[in-house]
Amino acid sequence: MKLRWSVLLQWEALLVALLVATFVIGSSVAEAFLTGENLSLASADLMEKAIMALGLTLVILAGEIDLSVASVLGLSSAIVGATVDAGVPLSLAIGIALLAGALAGLFNGLLVAKLGLPSLVVTLGTLALYRGLAFVVLGDRAVSEFPQGFTDFGFNNVPGTLIPWPAILFAILALATFLVLHRSWIGREVYAIGNNEEAARFSGIDVDRVKVGLFVASGTLAAVAGVVFTARFASARPDNGLGFELDVISAVLLGGVSIFGGRGTLVGVVLALFLIGALRNVLALEDVAAEKQSIAIGTLLIVSVIATNALRGVQERAARRRSAPSPADQPT
Amino acid sequence: MLARPEVAPAAEPVEEVRLGRRRLRAGALLDLVGRVREAGIALALALLVLVVAVQEPRFVEPDNLEEILLSVSILAIVAVGQTLVVLTRNVDLSVGSNVGLVAFVCADTLKGSPGTSVALIVLMGVLIGAGLGVVNGLLVTVGRVPAIVATLGTLYIFRGLDFTIAEGQQVNAADVPDAYLSLATGHVLGIPTLILFAAAVVVVASFALRRLRSGRELYAIGSNPEAARLVGVPSGRLVFAAFVLCGALCGLAGVLWGARFATVDARAATGFELAVVAAVVVGGVNIFGGSGTAIGATLGAILLGTIENALSILKLNPFWLQAIQGAVIIAAVTLDALITRRLQRALRRARRRRT
Repeated sequence: MKLRWSVLLQWEALLVALLVATFVIGSSVAEAFLTGENLSLASADLMEKAIMALGLTLVILAGEIDLSVASVLGLSSAIVGATVDAGVPLSLAIGIALLAGALAGLFNGLLVAKLGLPSLVVTLGTLALYRGLAFVVLGDRAVSEFPQGFTDFGFNNVPGTLIPWPAILFAILALATFLVLHRSWIGREVYAIGNNEEAARFSGIDVDRVKVGLFVASGTLAAVAGVVFTARFASARPDNGLGFELDVISAVLLGGVSIFGGRGTLVGVVLALFLIGALRNVLALEDVAAEKQSIAIGTLLIVSVIATNALRGVQERAARRRSAPSPADQPT
Repeated sequence: MLARPEVAPAAEPVEEVRLGRRRLRAGALLDLVGRVREAGIALALALLVLVVAVQEPRFVEPDNLEEILLSVSILAIVAVGQTLVVLTRNVDLSVGSNVGLVAFVCADTLKGSPGTSVALIVLMGVLIGAGLGVVNGLLVTVGRVPAIVATLGTLYIFRGLDFTIAEGQQVNAADVPDAYLSLATGHVLGIPTLILFAAAVVVVASFALRRLRSGRELYAIGSNPEAARLVGVPSGRLVFAAFVLCGALCGLAGVLWGARFATVDARAATGFELAVVAAVVVGGVNIFGGSGTAIGATLGAILLGTIENALSILKLNPFWLQAIQGAVIIAAVTLDALITRRLQRALRRARRRRT
């Protein structure tokens, strides 16, 4: 049975508190912060990274990492640009881009699961490879002629509201990821693999297949992010999203997902995404340059880990005290 | 994930000699590559040079070879520092930000007071770099933050500091004294100083890793942290030292970066960490710690630099450059894993026959 205060000590609760604090402080220092227009624009700006974070969360929970997501975004954007430029209908162009993302993820997954290579190294290689392919596909051109409906999706809000269309797409994808991760057997297998791969294998989980699946999901979601990015900026360039991978990883880790896998929730990651977005937005309204905002993000990332370490210490001590008579009841 | 096998026991192949000459001969090359990882990379490098030289003799002219070494010197220095950290089963992602920050601060200091002696600037750069390494080391050893998370955080923080200090300014070649620029462009005994710096770092690090007790202990920590702790290796102190040394080498690299490129702003060396980790990994340093050498990391850097140079000299489409580099990284680790696996199997067979 859980005690009330231990719920309050959960990382997600702290993230909510930090988010509220950012909103309170933000609205008092920057007048423009708490306006519908600003929040709408700021959240639209988050969407590519948010969509990539969904897939990366799954991968990191399973104890692996995918550094190639931003390059897949660039490749997907380049493919959409090149195919539309060549006269391919938009829906087919998007389909090709998503397929390329899935294949990119499949390649990562096969190298990691079938050859047993470390994912950090594999996806560092494919980070360069996929970005390189983006340049091969599009050269140094930029394509900015797209059908009206496509750019409307990127620029406009849902009629009558301030909700950007990409946010709706993100909500659907996030809900689907949530259901898979927290309400299905696949999610339980992901956590099992992340906690102890060996044990997961012995308990009959097809670890290799799950891992390949996760990388395919990560690649596909990154490709979706590439399509959204292209629509929002009405621009397909091979260097789109350059360097985004570190931002996305930061968000996932800040969300309380352990870099060693097996621990963390999607809710935490989504909260962390909004926290980073709100923080950056407030700082930007105060004329702090993006690179200097990064000091805050970096500090938050490090402090979050030290804080969770400390929290876990407190929780474990409390748990030990509570269940001292019957050690078998200890939460794991 | 695949961990490299522990060291191949040297005594075992003796049994194999008696068992059959054929097996020995087939296994000899594999064994060499297995025990001397660097042999494989050197072989790949030699093949590459040969193939390109046949197509374009200009490639192997001394001028061009010197150009290749110049282009990878700074990368090699940082790769050696990264190797120290990676050996202990950690990683330093903040190296690019460290190099960039030091490069700007050094160049900017000289712009403000051109009279400062170059030796003092070098010292300053190394100390700043080491100071940044101290931050990483403390976060990892005292704060118990996983290295990849801690240094991802400091990657942002150091870069942010760089931007805060730079305030959008840029230092140009005309702003700094020639004595500083000649740190990278000068020659001693006909050899470019930049290459000498890198060579000195590689030689000293190789010696320390091979011969010094603490050097060997870095390997012990990486191959089995628990066992290292049990036999009394001061893991915390050594991991801390590895981060500080890596930071100091980044500092040196930063000073040289400013001298080589002359034009420095707060964006210098952005993304450099990826090239460094790539060089280390291609050079056969196990990303999970415990095995690899400074020479290997340097060869990795040279291999990547040679590929870049070869592509430009063969006038291949520059758009292919990054894709090919990525493919090379993957090919290198795949080959390494396959060789390791075969070695493991051969070892197991040899052991079974003995019993």
